[in-house]
Amino acid sequence: MSGIHIKNLNVSYGNTTVTHDVSLDVSVGESLALVGESGSGKSTVLKAIAGLATNWTGDIEVDGIARGRSIDPEIATKCQMVFQDPYGSLHPRKTIDATLSEPLQIHGIKDQSARVIEQLENVQLDERYRFRFPHQLSGGQRQRVAIARALMLGPRFLLLDEPTSALDVSVQAEILNLLKRIRKEQNLTYLVVTHNLAVVSFLCDRLAVMRSGKIVETADVSQLKSNQLAHAYSKELLQASRLHSGSNEKTPHNDHAQ
Amino acid sequence: MSNLLDIDNLTVTFPTNNGPIDVVKGISLSLGRERLGIVGESGSGKSMTGRAILKLIRSPGRVKADRLSFDGIDLLTRRERDMRAIRGARISMVMQDPKFSLNPVMSVGDQIAEAIKTHQRLSPSQVRAKTLAMLKSVRIEDPERVLGLYPHEVSGGMGQRIMIAMMLVPEPDLLIADEPTSALDVSVQAQVLDIIDNLVTSKGMGLILISHDLNLVASYCDRILVMRAGEIVEECAANKLHAAQHPYTKGLLASMPRIDEDREWLPVFERTSGSQT
Repeated sequence: MSGIHIKNLNVSYGNTTVTHDVSLDVSVGESLALVGESGSGKSTVLKAIAGLATNWTGDIEVDGIARGRSIDPEIATKCQMVFQDPYGSLHPRKTIDATLSEPLQIHGIKDQSARVIEQLENVQLDERYRFRFPHQLSGGQRQRVAIARALMLGPRFLLLDEPTSALDVSVQAEILNLLKRIRKEQNLTYLVVTHNLAVVSFLCDRLAVMRSGKIVETADVSQLKSNQLAHAYSKELLQASRLHSGSNEKTPHNDHAQ
Repeated sequence: MSNLLDIDNLTVTFPTNNGPIDVVKGISLSLGRERLGIVGESGSGKSMTGRAILKLIRSPGRVKADRLSFDGIDLLTRRERDMRAIRGARISMVMQDPKFSLNPVMSVGDQIAEAIKTHQRLSPSQVRAKTLAMLKSVRIEDPERVLGLYPHEVSGGMGQRIMIAMMLVPEPDLLIADEPTSALDVSVQAQVLDIIDNLVTSKGMGLILISHDLNLVASYCDRILVMRAGEIVEECAANKLHAAQHPYTKGLLASMPRIDEDREWLPVFERTSGSQT
């Protein structure tokens, strides 16, 4: 079966079980958001799929392949991850070129130079940045590099862990546009972790709300837009986000400002 | 009535290999006992403005101003020793990330007690009572337990509330909050800001809220300054933000996705090819 399928996933760190019987289906071409506050286990689910958290029980299936606990090159070519903090996720002593070539070397893919140039173009990063180091790039440029790196192996699935929350609003807009365009052009499937419901509304088709390691609700984005989430916690989350998003100009807090 | 804070033509300069760069370019502002928001993107000089008020900019950075006066005191001519009587006691600052601004090897109780003892002479039992009271005032449920915890044992939201408790111990006249909630969850953000808001309103303090989040600032302030590349591009009342005139402010507002998003693409700023991000 294609797509990402998770069944009864329990991930543990040490003796603490972080997610409880999480089941999730992401079909091909879809963009699904996992939302919830920090500590709800949303990033942990991504880590388990990417193979970064190995202590789990349940089933994870990516594009028809059951994921084991160890490194799986086949899944790596199909499914890649982009991390939240572009300042932390790029190796500070490797040039952009080295960072982008590394996945190709590991997988023994030829034609590295051309592929690096192609991906830089794809994420709209000028070729002159190719031999620079991450500290010479701005936050938005680094996040473009991180996205390019995830795309090097031509994956069908991208796991995006808070891809824009470390960025300024105008840069966030550029990265969101980029992610949307790439998805359209290459027919990618996204699993996006975010706490920003406005990002969900822009980038995703469906969302799953997580709390304390459980999925409390799955809904269509149209339900989010029309304020029709069913679960009490989802409503609370939506309310808290609306206070800050300006989509509802009459917020309770405006009363303070008279 | 005289203003709490008057700034005229403030410039902050840093030397670089390509000559000195002004990160704050001659801005002027005045503040009464009100809530002022400063918004802008990274590199706009908003944090540097906040730091310059407290004279926290170290060499090689240089601060110049025609006037920088706080409650009638000329901060420019103050020596470093004398600034200590003002920092913390009369102007406090809440920084962005509690993980970095709390001392990792001191318990929470000891840190707050230190803040109290620096500014007031109290007996140990009075210090303890006041510490507990401060923790309660930032809505920490069981202050007795939190007192003995170390910063790594508390959550981000709680850490930030502890920071705020410490900053408010000496009952300052002016609180500068530099991205006080950027490191926090949406649901916790509102709590922390409500606490700051209550304390500021009930004690009649002045507040400068520095943030990159336009809507957040609009909800919690009376007046907003929008900064870009070291300059103030627009000043407006918080409730008139959505009627902002300057193209930069409009662009910022438009580039944020909304919950009821129906646009296919988000508008972005034109960038010259040299500064694409």
